[in-house]
Amino acid sequence: MNPTLKIRTPEGIAFSFALAGPVVRCLAWIIDFLVTTVAVLMLSLLGQMGGIISADISQAISILAYFVISVGYGIFFEWIWRGQTLGKRLLRLRVMDAQGLRLQFYQVLLRNLLRFVDALPALYLVGGLASFFSRRAQRLGDLAANTVVVYNPKPAEPDLDQLLAGKFNSLRQHPHLEARMRQRVSPDEARLALQAIIRRDELDPAPRVALFSELAEHFKGLVHFPPEVIEAMPDEQYVRNVVDILFRTRAVEAKPPAKEMAVAAR
Amino acid sequence: MIIDLPRFIDAERPTWMELEKMLDRIAQEPDRRMELEEVQRFHLLYQKVSADLARVATFASEPELRRYLESLTARAYGEIHETRDRAHRFRPLHWFLNEFPRAFRRRSGAFTLAVVILMVGAIFGGFATMFDEEAKEAILPKQFSHLLGDPAKRVAEEESATSDRAGGRHTYFAAFLMQNNIKVSILSLGLGITFGIGTIIELFSNSVSLGLIVVDYVRAGQTMFMLGWLLPHGVIEIPSLLIAGQGGLVLGAALIGYGDRASLTDRLRAVGPDLMALTCGFAGMLVWAGIIESFLSQYHEPFIHYWQKILFGLAEFAVLIWFLYFRKIADPEEKP
Repeated sequence: MNPTLKIRTPEGIAFSFALAGPVVRCLAWIIDFLVTTVAVLMLSLLGQMGGIISADISQAISILAYFVISVGYGIFFEWIWRGQTLGKRLLRLRVMDAQGLRLQFYQVLLRNLLRFVDALPALYLVGGLASFFSRRAQRLGDLAANTVVVYNPKPAEPDLDQLLAGKFNSLRQHPHLEARMRQRVSPDEARLALQAIIRRDELDPAPRVALFSELAEHFKGLVHFPPEVIEAMPDEQYVRNVVDILFRTRAVEAKPPAKEMAVAAR
Repeated sequence: MIIDLPRFIDAERPTWMELEKMLDRIAQEPDRRMELEEVQRFHLLYQKVSADLARVATFASEPELRRYLESLTARAYGEIHETRDRAHRFRPLHWFLNEFPRAFRRRSGAFTLAVVILMVGAIFGGFATMFDEEAKEAILPKQFSHLLGDPAKRVAEEESATSDRAGGRHTYFAAFLMQNNIKVSILSLGLGITFGIGTIIELFSNSVSLGLIVVDYVRAGQTMFMLGWLLPHGVIEIPSLLIAGQGGLVLGAALIGYGDRASLTDRLRAVGPDLMALTCGFAGMLVWAGIIESFLSQYHEPFIHYWQKILFGLAEFAVLIWFLYFRKIADPEEKP
């Protein structure tokens, strides 16, 4: 299980972030390395074209461009994209202050300058080992700058309409009990039921019956629908109806548009 | 408890949107100061969204909504509970002219220690070359292999040269020196993460080479050449390396935290802005040193008199001392 960064505000609100491990960070670094390499090659080509006028100046520009891009790329993008480079953005990683406060420029600068140490002796061995053994998956630059790299995975959302739509759900005829079910089921229980429905065809018959029996019994204990509604209902159908109630609410239309949420999540 | 989620979202959405707009405005205009009413409103919205998050957190089927509210709460939390200076704008000139000398003076103890390490290393290098003929070959790094021979012979070659040895590649050479020296300095500062030990080793090893070269040229009777060659860029380059070492020692001291009751996090937070200012300072100095080393230091008599180069070096050094120790610097940036 990935380590998490837990932050509890003085108002008593807690939220957590999944910390990015060395492997996914290495992948992001490879993407960034390719981007900087391409940028340096393009600038070198431009420098060679400039060499028609002065070879000395064009070579100077090339060597400085390489240096500025290799050192400044991370600093520039992590600052203007609030903790993300192109590689991090593609892999949904973000640099954050370890206390959840506003990321400061000096933190971005420091963690990027310490790459020179983290990269020792080659291929980020020091940084990788530090990150591997760190409680908060921090390389040395992160330790010095008091930053962490968090991972915001995009959950794979199943096509619930295809999975559940078109099937009559007798539980919906009791809106007050439907609302109570949404209120009493915890997020973890809801996810468990959803996964059971999604993967039901992968199960052998006996475990499948046992699993849905257990789940149905649990949910029936939370909310008591009238006996005539659930008496003839198989356990699997009951669980499917519960998932339908939990995940296919009419609230979808009233949610903030996805675009607005994406902007807020930056 | 939320019974009617659509109604809850309809009722609370304006609050979320308002907070989001305020946060976007803060991000876009980091230096803007909010009026008291705005601050109060911001705080109220933060509390309302926090409460909404607490209500949604137990709601099974709305992970997306929860993430959205978590994101809003986290952003607002970062703004409300942040007490550090707003260092939002990228102001390298301001940092170089004001924050750099301020950080340098504030951390002058670490600079003094760096100077002591340099002197010990230089004395060691000087003694090594005086008492051991093979020391030069054993100690000098590969990039100084051209200095392994007899100094007098080198001076004779330099002074009898009829063409520009740099062959019209001064700009390239200057660029090479700048990036190389800045890299070495950044590494020296970064090695402070080893509780300062790496920085001390790096400083000591560079000082040994310096002491060795200086004593070698003095013993060969080439003091004027050596001063004319090293002073114009050395009076900037060597203090730059010392300032990088100063940064590394400051970082190391913050990690050790001897005699400091603040937590490690607080100690690192306290030194971070100073390390940034010192980096900005030595990087700027090394750009200048690279230009001087390429365009002036490599020319010798009869093209230019040594006393002229020495005088130039001393003048630079005087300006540097004034800049670092005596120049009046602007007040620190205001706290929000």
